Amino acid sequence: MPSLCWGLLRLGSVLGVSCLALSSLVQLTAAAKNFEDVRCKCICPPYKDNPGHIYNKNISQKDCDCLHVVDPMPVLGPDVEAYCLRCECKYEERSSVTIKVTIIIYLSILGLLLLYMVYLTLVEPILKRRLFGHSQLIQSEDDIGDHQPFANAHDVLARSRSRPNVLNKVEYAQQRWKLQVQEQRKSVFDRHVVLS
Amino acid sequence: MTNGGSINSSTHLLDLLDEPIPGVGTYDDFHTIDWVREKCKDRERHRRINSKKKESAWEMTKSLYDAWSGWLVVTLTGLASGALAGLIDIAADWMTDLKEGICLSALWYNHEQCCWGSNETTFEERDKCPQWKTWAELIIGQAEGPGSYIMNYIMYIFWALSFAFLAVSLVKVFAPYACGSGIPEIKTILSGFIIRGYLGKWTLMIKTITLVLAVASGLSLGKEGPLVHVACCCGNIFSYLFPKYSTNEAKKREVLSAASAAGVSVAFGAPIGGVLFSLEEVSYYFPLKTLGRSFFAALVAAFVLRSINPFGNSRLVLFYVEYHTPWYLFELFPFILLGVFGGLWGAFFIRANIAWCRRRKSTKFGKYPVLEVIIVAAITAVIAFPNPYTRLNTSELIKELFTDCGPLESSSLCDYRNDMNASKIVDDIPDRPAGVGVYSAIWQLCLALIFKIIMTVFTFGIKVPSGLFIPSMAIGAIAGRIVGIAVEQLAYFHHDWFIFKEWCEVGADCITPGLYAMVGAAACLGGVTRMTVSLVVIVFELTGGLEYIVPLMAAVMTSKWVGDAFGREGIYEAHIRLNGYPFLDAKEEFTHTTLAADVMRPRRNDPPLAVLTQDNMTVDDIENMINETSYNGFPVIMSKESQRLVGFALRRDLTIAIESARKKQEGIVGSSRVCFAQHTPSLPAESPRPLKLRSILDMSPFTVTDHTPMEIVVDIFRKLGLRQCLVTHNGRLLGIITKKDILRHMAQTANQDPASIMFN
Repeated sequence: MPSLCWGLLRLGSVLGVSCLALSSLVQLTAAAKNFEDVRCKCICPPYKDNPGHIYNKNISQKDCDCLHVVDPMPVLGPDVEAYCLRCECKYEERSSVTIKVTIIIYLSILGLLLLYMVYLTLVEPILKRRLFGHSQLIQSEDDIGDHQPFANAHDVLARSRSRPNVLNKVEYAQQRWKLQVQEQRKSVFDRHVVLS
Repeated sequence: MTNGGSINSSTHLLDLLDEPIPGVGTYDDFHTIDWVREKCKDRERHRRINSKKKESAWEMTKSLYDAWSGWLVVTLTGLASGALAGLIDIAADWMTDLKEGICLSALWYNHEQCCWGSNETTFEERDKCPQWKTWAELIIGQAEGPGSYIMNYIMYIFWALSFAFLAVSLVKVFAPYACGSGIPEIKTILSGFIIRGYLGKWTLMIKTITLVLAVASGLSLGKEGPLVHVACCCGNIFSYLFPKYSTNEAKKREVLSAASAAGVSVAFGAPIGGVLFSLEEVSYYFPLKTLGRSFFAALVAAFVLRSINPFGNSRLVLFYVEYHTPWYLFELFPFILLGVFGGLWGAFFIRANIAWCRRRKSTKFGKYPVLEVIIVAAITAVIAFPNPYTRLNTSELIKELFTDCGPLESSSLCDYRNDMNASKIVDDIPDRPAGVGVYSAIWQLCLALIFKIIMTVFTFGIKVPSGLFIPSMAIGAIAGRIVGIAVEQLAYFHHDWFIFKEWCEVGADCITPGLYAMVGAAACLGGVTRMTVSLVVIVFELTGGLEYIVPLMAAVMTSKWVGDAFGREGIYEAHIRLNGYPFLDAKEEFTHTTLAADVMRPRRNDPPLAVLTQDNMTVDDIENMINETSYNGFPVIMSKESQRLVGFALRRDLTIAIESARKKQEGIVGSSRVCFAQHTPSLPAESPRPLKLRSILDMSPFTVTDHTPMEIVVDIFRKLGLRQCLVTHNGRLLGIITKKDILRHMAQTANQDPASIMFN
């Protein structure tokens, strides 16, 4: 029963978050039909003496044809129909807001990951070495030759088990994650057991 | 939890008294699940919920929630897959163009979007507009000339290398499981293998981020296989919210089958092709319920992707072709020729790639993965830049090759010599002789073909997310287009030959080279993956060319036959065999006449079978047996004299049960008797309390006699999804056959190395 309630709670929160995300997405796509994001594009091939040309215009879908878009008309009078029959007009729309938001989200996640990677590989070993001094240098047999990040995860795990406050729980979870990644790295990169 | 046990009431009472021990029934990492046990557990749970349904409204709600949770998981998976695919598409398009230049007015636009609203585009140069600046323009101020070419070249290589380096570093530091395609491992997971962390949160995030970087760095790879992995990760993560799926490994795999359909659906914009791909390539068991769920997942994912509209033209993929010219019967010859090329290329690629991966696995080439990725990216960038067809994004190359030359095209591939007197308005341009531009384009395409064939062999399998579909389609499209132009010119210059005279008149639009490119792409993809129905459906959903189903089918079938002549495995099965995963292929047939007695363990010279007796062993004996041997399970017999079978106990369950009994129950010491029977034996008064472990015993293990032919045993393992099977002789326990033994035996009879089967 409690596991069911917990499951329902988690489901509710996930559904809530996804509804929020979906509604914001729908709002974005709806708001994105702004003036610059629709166009009618007419491609007209070379005809008699006129070179080929591409015409763009912000116009609604029902008016998207050669007569409304090609302006100024390069041929006169009876040739207009022949010219327009060769042209191909397509209505296109895009959502510039979606593109902008997506690129910004992607770059921020990438930036955060890069910062975290730099912290884990460069900054943390230096900090740990300064804090704990020489006792850290005694490596266990498993870590000999292991210059990967997370090599001290075993020691920190053993030490942190005694203190049960929140910050240590976070650190405990982080160290457990680091151990898992180290195991994965050994199977994939070192022993070539999986995913070769 | 007993399954299939006796229905008598005293057993039931005993079960109610023992609470289930937490941890019993779960699996270790890199082990195979027991499908029968999982299905029984699910049926038990379903029966329990249904029996309580009528009691109250709350129970009724719980049973409704249980029934609908499957559809809810699949909906969430479809939504997440669609959203992530949209993110990947938009970000990959932008970053790919970042290698060439940047849009000054709006930094987040790629080349096409930057010039979207501009009025300065001309008919010949549709890409040029003043807002898009190449790096040479920004850095040295010149747009044309040798200096700017060299500067563009240097910046291209710089960006390609930095993206590749970022991608491989992120994979190595955060989620090593995110590399590769993912489809061989997902196939193995769906057949019942456990790889913890392979479908987790970090793998999902890193795979999404690094897939964009890998595609943007210009490497010869695609994003379809990794998108299937991403979708399965979403499916796995959402299934943990629902107890019906999080505790049951067999049900979870139903969700994963549906998720892989959603993955292919968003990768190609082919929802029906996705369902068929899940059925044909990825899934192991595919009941009708999974068909409905996959259909729904593919639908939801396609809907979400369409509403995000990444390509700005309300279509899901780039390759939509708009021509509907008919094809003629004599064209079947070149189509079958393309099928033969596809099969030959597929066989060559599989052999070469597996040889290279094996070398990487066993020699020191594999010790420097980061350096390898950088070198491959550098070579690709250096050779790809000068040739305009390889500098293009591979998807755009395929689209250009699929598009037929109409009056509106102005690329050098369409530089035919026009008959200037033709003033009548025609939809189809008649076949024309090729101009200079076409010949130079064919020359460049040949070089591109050779380059792509060689680079893809080294690129598939490096330690960044890499897919195979788009490079294979590109190779096939290039070959097909070249053949198409050749046939077109042949038809024009020799229109009096018998075959052309029947169907092609002078001045008619007879040959469509774009169609040949399509058929070539399908043939090459079929040759390397050996898909049939799903490939044809994917290709016609990609292109909208419903008239061309028969040529596609002919080419795909030919390429499959030619490829099978060289080796029966597709690329994914070959990678499964290379890694030694315990995958019992349902497509292979086992035709040897061996008996169960030849394959079972213990063999003649082995130590005797490690068994447990029903009520004679103590806790210490069992712990010693567990420590000394490395078997995953032990049969339980009545006594050493009678050797009559009682049941089967798994190693992990025994360890967990004994540990929890030592902690929770008082009086359990090393010399306590362990009792697997229903009634404990009568013990002397001062002996310690016995430990009842009947609840963890599997009372219905599968048995075969020693004279059962191995064909039937292999069939049983495949159809039921067993892990192990006991062998009896005249009713007495003789030995055990595990899945690993079967795989080793099959490898031995096929003259392959049986020691390559690594996992249980």
